[in-house]
Formats: sequence, structure tokens, C-alpha cells
Amino acid sequence: MKSDSRVQLNDVSYSYEEQAAPALSGVSALIQPGEFVAVLGHNGSGKSTMAKLLNALFVPTEGNVVVCGYNTREEKLVWEIRQRAGMIFQNPDNQIVATVVKEDVAFGLENLGVPTEEMIPRIESALSAVRMSAYADKAPHMLSGGQKQRVAIAGILAMEPSVIIADEATAMLDPSGRKEVLETIRTLNRQKGITVVWITHFMEEAALADRVLVVTDGQIKLSGTPAEVFDRVEEMREMHLDVPHMTALAGELREAGMPLRPGILTVEELAEEVERLCPLKSAT
Amino acid sequence: MLNNITMGQYYPVDSRVHRLDPRIKLILTIVFIVIVFIARTFLGYAVILAFVYLASRLANVPFRMLLRGLKPLRLIIILTFLLNLLFTTGETLWLEFWIVRITKEGFMQAAFYSLRLVFLVIGTSLLTLTTSPVSLADAIEILLTPLKKIHFPAHELAMMMTIALRFIPTLLEETDKIMKAQMARGADFESGNLISRAKAMVPLLVPLFVSAFRRAGDLAMAMESRCYHGGDGRTRLRVLKITKNDWIACGVMAVLLALIILEGIFL
Ligand SMILES: Nc1ncnc2c1ncn2[C@@H]1O[C@H](COP(=O)(O)OP(=O)(O)OP(=O)(O)O)[C@@H](O)[C@H]1O
Ligand SMILES: [Mg+2]
Repeated sequence: MKSDSRVQLNDVSYSYEEQAAPALSGVSALIQPGEFVAVLGHNGSGKSTMAKLLNALFVPTEGNVVVCGYNTREEKLVWEIRQRAGMIFQNPDNQIVATVVKEDVAFGLENLGVPTEEMIPRIESALSAVRMSAYADKAPHMLSGGQKQRVAIAGILAMEPSVIIADEATAMLDPSGRKEVLETIRTLNRQKGITVVWITHFMEEAALADRVLVVTDGQIKLSGTPAEVFDRVEEMREMHLDVPHMTALAGELREAGMPLRPGILTVEELAEEVERLCPLKSAT
Repeated sequence: MLNNITMGQYYPVDSRVHRLDPRIKLILTIVFIVIVFIARTFLGYAVILAFVYLASRLANVPFRMLLRGLKPLRLIIILTFLLNLLFTTGETLWLEFWIVRITKEGFMQAAFYSLRLVFLVIGTSLLTLTTSPVSLADAIEILLTPLKKIHFPAHELAMMMTIALRFIPTLLEETDKIMKAQMARGADFESGNLISRAKAMVPLLVPLFVSAFRRAGDLAMAMESRCYHGGDGRTRLRVLKITKNDWIACGVMAVLLALIILEGIFL
């Protein structure tokens, strides 16, 4: 079923039982195989709800979610879907089940009923893909936050998923742990072609994605490449979202009359553009 | 098979006894308990003592580690001794004053029953010292599997044990953090009488419980998203295998059992 590893949301709505307003209303999106999609949105906008819908943890109140050709409404397919669309959560401590790293990586495989002989090589390759082989026999509580998240990724990876959904997987990490985890995911995305849905509130992380979806009040309000989305500084502000610092600075320079090109995300890009407009006179 | 959990009593060294299959060890411990109960004479206890001592040597566990398990039970053991000493009726009078009568039979019975308790504790300590809690959980799950027919939750029980073991260090760390935070706000956990100390625990326990429940909710979600659906159709990474060592251990225990039974018949 690798042939159809798309993720589709067709006019999806979801309401929590005790909540009057729906957490998501009329969301449609199509995520292509191998795409790296970042999802942005302020607190309570419905990002986590969307993530849980993609993993069949929730079933939409209205509309359909189709993952790798399987509709999450069909109860029999739940395990197929969860194996293909793995999920990483925010708190590194609360998603590790076993007392030894390699046994935690095995957890998903044990649940799927994979024979023991087949498990061992799959665990080894998953751990080496996240560069955690050296920690296979360690206790999880001895690891750093970034390392724990990488173990969680290995646990998903061992199940050979087509899609990885990360719900603010870097929110509780320090900057170096954040970088470690993001790089691991980006490598998996590029080398193994795993589709990634990366929920975050770090604009710098979203800037690295192929596409950014902005969720506000349970709806996708903006969608496009990071450059396209972040150039709409005003709209982002209205949704209480920041844009990367350099994009904001470029916007202000533009307002002050500098004809900068759109889509500036990094320091390098801004420097290059300024250099192009006002070349430094070589000191002679 | 390095288990980094340094929890409970587990004494993490490598030995033949450590490497025994946990199921076998659990069963043999139960047999040992039976042996302790059917022993009738002090000679029998001498044989059992020799056995326990040799087993601890073979397990690379210092004998005093075994005795440490007695400490929390010392009150019960002393009480057993005293009650038997004072209230056993006997013929051969050793000592009598006021209403106290100490007889030879009473002393023998007191010594016998308290030794029985001592051996029970030592025998089970030998199990917990040489078997990591996780392997024990495994063994319990497998041994209780037949009970699944009468809907006994064997898998769930073992899963609960493993998760508890996994989260104990995390929750301890958290307790420490909350304690420090409350101390920085002027909380005092050390001084005062029992009641005021118990009161001081409230601001510690409440956040701890709240967080434990949140963790439980998160973990349940994470487990489900990794296809957890109970014990049916589940395979395991850790497979237990019975080796020659296990058969030897069974043989030794059978010899001990035979000796104690013979001693009961002939002495
Ligand atoms: N278990 C729940 N029961 C009832 N309402 C909920 C529940 N979880 C979330 N909600 C509500 O649904 C809406 C969307 O929540 P969601 O968790 O999806 O937001 P989010 O974008 O992930 O926010 P955050 O950035 O804080 O993680 C919010 O208004 C929230 O209050
Ligand atoms: Mg969220």
C-alpha cells in the first residue's frame, strides 16, 4: 500500500463531547507522499485534535480522514492506520513504556505480533537511523529529553510507517535537543521518503518545511510554502502568530521603502538581498 | 541483559542463579516455601540453612544481603518467638516466676516457628535479589496465562507492573522537584509533630497526583497510537528459554525436598 501514502482530510469536523464549539470545522487538506508539512496555530487552535484524527485516535464527527488509502472510520483498519501513521507526542517521558530502550522500541512490534527473530534486526536498524544504537540497553530515565524523543521516533520507525506525525515533539526540549530531533526527522523525510506532519510553534522550524498550514479556530486559514505564508505578516499577526525574525525585519524594511524580494526567511537570504540592492563599494 | 534499574532489592551481578529462567526460579521458590513448612526437626533446618548459604554463594550475593530482608520483619519474628515461648504448655519446666512459665517445649517451639519465618524471608529474598523486577513480571504473566481462561487479567497485571517500574524513577524525580519548589516557598517537611508533618505532605501529594493522572492519560494515548490492544496476538522481544542450568536447579531442589520428607518420616 506504499503506492498511496497520501493523507487526506475531506471537510473534517470534530467536536469534543463536553464542548459547544467544534475544535475543528470543515478542514480539508491533501498531504502528498514524502512531503514535510508544518502545522502552525496558536494555543487551542485545534492542532492536536487534527493530529489525533490522522492517527485514528479520534474519528471525525463529520467528514472523512483517509490515511494511505484507509478511512479512519473503519474500525477494523485502525491498527493498519496506526502502523502506517506513527505519532510522536510532546512529553518525552509520557510516551516511553518499557524500562529498557530496545524494549521500548520493540513495543509497537510486539503489539503488531511481529515474530521475535524479525524484531531484532528491525529494532537495530531503527535505533541506528536515529543514532541511538549505543543506548539500546540503557534505562530511558537516564536519557536526555532529545534522546528520549529519538527513542520514541525509533519506536515508530521500527513499525515501518509511511507517515510520521509529531505533535510539538520539540516543545519541551532545550535548543540542542530540539535541533537533534528536527534533524533526525528531516533526514528520515529526505532519505526514506517518510511523509512528515510537523506540528510546532517554532517559526524557525516551520520555515524548513515544504509547506506550512496555519490553523486558527479549527480551520486552515493559510497554506503554502513557508515563504508564501510568512510574507503575510499582517494576517499572521491577526492570528496571534509570529513570523521568523528575518521575515518580520524584511517586512519592515519593505515598508520603509526598500524593494526587497518576497519570501525571505533566514539571515543569509536577507543579507544577500540587501547586498544585491545596495552593493558595498569596495574600499579603494 | 543489563538492566539498569537499581530498584527494589535486585542485586545486579552476573551469576548462574541470576541467569536461571525467572519462571523456574519463581516455582522453585514456592517449592522452597513448602519445604520450609514441612521440615520437622532442627536437623532439617540445618540442611535448609546449608542449602540457602550455598545458593547465595553461587549467586554472588553476600549472605548479609539476605539477612537484610529480615530487618523490616524483626518485630513480627520477635513477637512470634515471645508468644510461643510464653503460651506453649509443656512438661519440662525451665523457669517460673510470677505468672510466667518457660518450658523446654515452649522454647523449642518458639525457636522453630521464628526460624521458619526467617527461612521464608531469606528464601524469597534470594528470588528478588537475583531476579530483576521486569523478569519477575514476565514470569508472573507467563505462569498465570492458563488463568486467562477464567478471565484472570494476567497480561494486564504484568503490564501494570512494568509501567509502574518504568515510572517510579520519573515520579521520584518529580517528587524531588515539587519538594524543592515547595521548600523554596517556605514549606517545611522535616520538623514538627506527626500531624503537622502529615499536613505538610498535602501540597506535595496533590500536584504529584495531578501530574501522575496526566501522565497516565498521555501514556494510554501513546500506547494506543502504537497499536497496543491488550495481550491478544502479542509477541515478545524477550523470550524465556529453559536451559540445562534450570534443570540442574530443579534437580537440586528435588533432592532437598526428598531429604526433608525422609527426615520427617524417619526422625
Ligand atoms: N479532551 C478535551 N476535551 C474537551 N475539549 C478539548 C479537549 N482537548 C482539547 N479541547 C479543546 O479543543 C480545542 C482545540 O484543542 P487542541 O488541543 O487541538 O489545540 P492545540 O492547537 O493543540 O493547542 P496547543 O497549542 O495548546 O497544544 C481547544 O479549544 C480545547 O479547549
Ligand atoms: Mg496541542
